[in-house]
Amino acid sequence: MDATILGAAVINGLLLGGSYALVAVGLTLIYGVLHIINFAHGSLLMLAMYGAYYLLVKAHIDPYAAIPLMVVAMFAAGYVLYRGLIGRFSHGKDENILLITLGLSIVLENVALFFFKGDSQTITVSYSDRMVALGPALVPLPKLVSFAASLVLCAALAWFIARTETGRAIRAVAKERQGARLVGIDVEKIFAVSYGIGIACLGAAACLLIPSFYVSPSVGNLFVIVAFTIVVLGGMGSFAGALVGALIIGLTESLSGLFLGEALGQIGISLIFILILLFRPTGIFNK
Amino acid sequence: MLEIRGLSKIFGGLRALDGASLDVAEGTIAGLIGPNGAGKTTLFAALTGFLVPDEGSVRLRDEDITGRPPHLICRRGMVRTFQITQPFAHLSVRENIMVGAYLHTPDRALASARAEAIAQQVGMAELLERTASGLTLAGRKRLELARALATQPRLLLLDEVMAGLNPPEIDELIPVIQGIRTSGVTVFLIEHVMQAVMSLAENVYVLSYGKIIAQGAPRQLAADPIVIEAYLGHGAAKRMAASAHA
Amino acid sequence: MNWKIPAALLAAALAYPFIFRSNFAINFGVLVLFYALIGQAWNIAGGYAGQLSFGHAVFFGTGAYCSTILQLKLGWNPWPGLAAAAGAGALVGALIAALSFRFGLRGSYFALITLAFAEVFRILTNAVEFTGGGLGLLIPLKRGAANFQFAERIGFYYAILALAALSIGIAIWLKRSRFGAQLAAIRENEDAARALGIDTYREKVKVMALSGALCALGGSFYAQYYLYIDPTVVFGLDKSAEMLLVAMIGGTGTVYGPLIGSLLLTLVGEVTRANTEAQGLSLIIYGSLLILIIGFLPNGLVELFKLRWRRKARA
Repeated sequence: MDATILGAAVINGLLLGGSYALVAVGLTLIYGVLHIINFAHGSLLMLAMYGAYYLLVKAHIDPYAAIPLMVVAMFAAGYVLYRGLIGRFSHGKDENILLITLGLSIVLENVALFFFKGDSQTITVSYSDRMVALGPALVPLPKLVSFAASLVLCAALAWFIARTETGRAIRAVAKERQGARLVGIDVEKIFAVSYGIGIACLGAAACLLIPSFYVSPSVGNLFVIVAFTIVVLGGMGSFAGALVGALIIGLTESLSGLFLGEALGQIGISLIFILILLFRPTGIFNK
Repeated sequence: MLEIRGLSKIFGGLRALDGASLDVAEGTIAGLIGPNGAGKTTLFAALTGFLVPDEGSVRLRDEDITGRPPHLICRRGMVRTFQITQPFAHLSVRENIMVGAYLHTPDRALASARAEAIAQQVGMAELLERTASGLTLAGRKRLELARALATQPRLLLLDEVMAGLNPPEIDELIPVIQGIRTSGVTVFLIEHVMQAVMSLAENVYVLSYGKIIAQGAPRQLAADPIVIEAYLGHGAAKRMAASAHA
Repeated sequence: MNWKIPAALLAAALAYPFIFRSNFAINFGVLVLFYALIGQAWNIAGGYAGQLSFGHAVFFGTGAYCSTILQLKLGWNPWPGLAAAAGAGALVGALIAALSFRFGLRGSYFALITLAFAEVFRILTNAVEFTGGGLGLLIPLKRGAANFQFAERIGFYYAILALAALSIGIAIWLKRSRFGAQLAAIRENEDAARALGIDTYREKVKVMALSGALCALGGSFYAQYYLYIDPTVVFGLDKSAEMLLVAMIGGTGTVYGPLIGSLLLTLVGEVTRANTEAQGLSLIIYGSLLILIIGFLPNGLVELFKLRWRRKARA
């Protein structure tokens, strides 16, 4: 095996992992901390990507400049979804949340298909094609940016959960729901806020992904199993775990693609997911 | 009937059960009392296979059943009820009891007939077609008892079937349990309601910090200073004695 | 037990092709029965035993590929292929269940692992030459009942009717048998079930094998009806979701829920297809229905019928 090819595959894998981390950090907050399995994560990402796409195409707002706007919009969407739908309809049963978010993903994906048609859309910005030499690999600048941003996002979330008042409340609810209720925390509200924050991360992720990616109604499906694998791998609610998990998964995908071929290469992720669920459902970094 | 020797269960360094040994003789009603957190429910769980003991042995009718899974232990003739009732919430009372009765027969009509007979025995014949989730606490406690009985046990472990019931309900349940013993089933019960222990059990064990600290007839134990101290704290027996003299 | 309902339904289903003779009507009947079959297969595991699955396509695809490969590579006749498909579905069901339940997976985690297994099967069949890869497999046209390729659609109709009736028969049997009672106990409270002497692990493996076998029958029928299969269609999440939707919307854990769900969803599908160019409109309706059912009618549409019967009985 040529060392350059291997090196390039490693670098591409890590960058891919960075993109995955963007999608997975929000999920780790929702799934890991609150034990809600948000099956609609991929389709909400898709929605955010269309948001970023149309902001550029119709309003000429650069995706990177659109990040604050999209974060706020997606937070609001997540909060309202939880308050109006998920929390209300689930009757407090985990399995119902899973089913409702499955229903939601079916609806969102097909609404997108209805309005945007099935074709993939890409955008062109001045920096789309700019390449940066990174060791043996030439990598697109937007991928490097999104990699760096994923680090920032993970750190920001970890800081938020550890240091802010809302973060403390989220941790309290995650750890001891009844106890949190007893000390006067509005548990349902914290659930909605957490869900909102998790979805807000997708707003940022969408803006960072779109310059080097495409958007289509089914684009979210690419991320669903991957994001769950990362979250389970990294351990419940651990942002650093999600980041490391994402890098491992990115590397796995890139290297198994290199050794097993494009088609069979995807199997690595599903196998890891199965093995982790069977043997270490609390994640490999948790004791 | 039941022989427990040196049974221990350790949770992360804490010995929830610490070398507990006791015997339950065939045809008797034995009681297990002890302060909260003494390890009573842990003992039941370790006997019935819901927890695997770390040390010691459990013998049921001269057969070693230590660490066997719950369903096999049930099939050997020892069945437990749950302190926090665990009904099959969306099934009717009849269907709940039939699940137990199906252990010994695949026949639906027979299982249904047994369910009726047992409902009669525990006094819930009128509730047969009710959904379990709609029962009162007293009803759910009886349902626990009925389901367990339906498996035709030799030894019935009752985990606080009286807790949360009001005095008339307790008075109703006591003869039911006596009737179960009369029908040939040995009973071993955890109970906080002293009235029930006094009128039911012939032999009572006291568990404290995972150890059996006393055993005997209920009246005798009620006066035992070791037992009083276990419940009320160190020095309590002396204080009580002093205040009685004063 | 009231035998009037199943007898009347069966009579109506047998007579249907003589009343509605058009190709469209027969095809509609085939679809309703087909989804009723795979919905019931899902329902037996997901509804009766409470083992929620997001990856039932793994059994469907196994059945489709099993009978097709036996035909194409070994020259088997598709009828014994159908039986082999059921066997393969049962085997895969038992294996996945044995692994998952041995390691204590429950609830949502079980749902996710079934999804991952379906993905593994999809990727494998997509990548391996033996299964035709991403291009899928084409069954050569050889019309004739002996080849499970009926010259008239009505032949397919009666074939799928037999399979759907089998699945409903099994559902009825489960309502009245020890096995079914034990599954209900496991669904309602697994600890209590164990305490009452039920080997919950064994029963769960058994029900997944049964569900897998029925689902594989659906897959094998699908291959014969369309004479073409590919990994994305037979192993994809869409297929898993369809079965789940049919059962959930109709009513989980009930005998007729999947049939009602299938009738409604097929009707919605055909009406939207006939009246609009828009893709995916029917799926928007299905997804919304799923959410509404969970929110307001947790026992499914079948509950509406029960309420009416109860009201009639009282009147």
